[in-house]
Amino acid sequence: MNKIEVSGVRKRFGAKVVLDGVDLAVGAGESMVVIGGSGTGKSVLIKLILGLLKVDSGSIRVDGEEVTNLRGNALAAHRAKFGMLFQGGALFDSLPVWRNVAFALPRGQGAKNLRAAAIDNLAQVGLGAEVADLRPSELSGGMQKRVALARAIAVRPEIIFFDEPTTGLDPIMADVINNLIVDLVRDLKITALTITHDMASARKIADRIAMLYAGKIVWQGRREMIDASGNEYVDQFVNGRAEGPIRMQVKTA
Amino acid sequence: MTGVPHDILGVLRAIGRFVLGGLASIGRLVMFAWTAVSHALLPPYYPGRLVEQVLVIGYFSLPVVGMTALFTGSALAQQIFIGGSRFNAASTVPAVTVIGIVRELGPVLGGLMVAGRVSSAMAAELGTMRVTEQIDALTTLRTDPYRYLIAPRVLAAVLVMPLLVLVSNIIGVLGGFLLATERLGFNAAAYLNTTVSFLKADDVASSMVKAGVFGFIIALMGCYHGFHSSGGAAGVGKATTNAVVSAFILILLSNLIITVIVFGGK
Repeated sequence: MNKIEVSGVRKRFGAKVVLDGVDLAVGAGESMVVIGGSGTGKSVLIKLILGLLKVDSGSIRVDGEEVTNLRGNALAAHRAKFGMLFQGGALFDSLPVWRNVAFALPRGQGAKNLRAAAIDNLAQVGLGAEVADLRPSELSGGMQKRVALARAIAVRPEIIFFDEPTTGLDPIMADVINNLIVDLVRDLKITALTITHDMASARKIADRIAMLYAGKIVWQGRREMIDASGNEYVDQFVNGRAEGPIRMQVKTA
Repeated sequence: MTGVPHDILGVLRAIGRFVLGGLASIGRLVMFAWTAVSHALLPPYYPGRLVEQVLVIGYFSLPVVGMTALFTGSALAQQIFIGGSRFNAASTVPAVTVIGIVRELGPVLGGLMVAGRVSSAMAAELGTMRVTEQIDALTTLRTDPYRYLIAPRVLAAVLVMPLLVLVSNIIGVLGGFLLATERLGFNAAAYLNTTVSFLKADDVASSMVKAGVFGFIIALMGCYHGFHSSGGAAGVGKATTNAVVSAFILILLSNLIITVIVFGGK
């Protein structure tokens, strides 16, 4: 059974149709990467799966359960299956690093134990205890991403979403983050859904790749097939060509 | 010939859009207020967050509220003395000062000062959290943003504002007393006796009710505009301005309504 099944999902904001019948399935333990240009609705897709936004129509199933109409405790239980790495990290600037990492851990075990658990998770992303008491604003972009990653895995989610995990990082730090994602997904046996427009990242962390364009999945297949997809949209995107069927909107309507 | 009906339709359409938009905004605000109140009353609670907000809203507002009350009370006593002297009523300074301060100026000016300080800060903080996806992050970290962010702010403001206004009232009356005794030649004991004898329980009660309502408005406007801000830094700036302006207007409107209800027949 697929871990996540998205069928015919449509979403519009005012007159702008963002998703226009998206179909996507992610198997348990699989690392799926959705590629696509900026503003193609990749972030909207994962917010719909998390229940942060409501679908206009279509179906989203997680572990076989329809989740589009969940409310209250059922919605909270659904969200508890997920961890998420946000594009900008989304660390809480008012809290020190260790409190960020331990934020979702069960209370009542004392600050000392929570701090120790946070430091363990920081070690998993290659950060030492010396950063535990720093504020997020005192960290570099790469370190912030790693802290956000530690926070996302701290509760050992069944599914993890990575929203543009390498955006804003230099190529070396981006590769460090990619390696961490590969290792964590493998070691913790997590189902992963990543959205990115960074092809180096997609090639490194994906089992399968899907391309989102004009509100639809226009191609999906195994990572090894990406360079021989036979799809002109994928070819243009993968090779970064300005010429092709994808027309970039350079002027807002 | 066809231009006139088109013009009328256009005007009607614009009026309809304005009315519907206004009703939708009120509906959204009422739903937000209801969610905030219900989440403040039901567990899980965050006592640490509540204490933090009590300090931010109450303790750190004391200097500005105290100074406002001191200067206003003194100026009020001076004006009443000058105005009263024109028809031999200068002796009304203590009575009018205490009633003016406790019934109106203490809660209203205290409310406006706290709104300027706190609503803007809440809107800016929550707005920044919204545009940097920290509020979405809270949700994915098994934490209800209404319980964690909104409820402690609303609860703290409602609890703390009456205390702040009580202090503001005392300092305002003290300001009038100091000016009257040091500059206008009033006898200190007589001034205090008149003040105490003219002050009624209703005056203090209405002042406290106003303060609680103003506290709710201050937190609600700050949280609502911050929570729903969008569009990056400009959006946060707009949310901050809207929070302060709407808090000011609602404080003055609710003050009028409470004054008319409590004192309208007296």
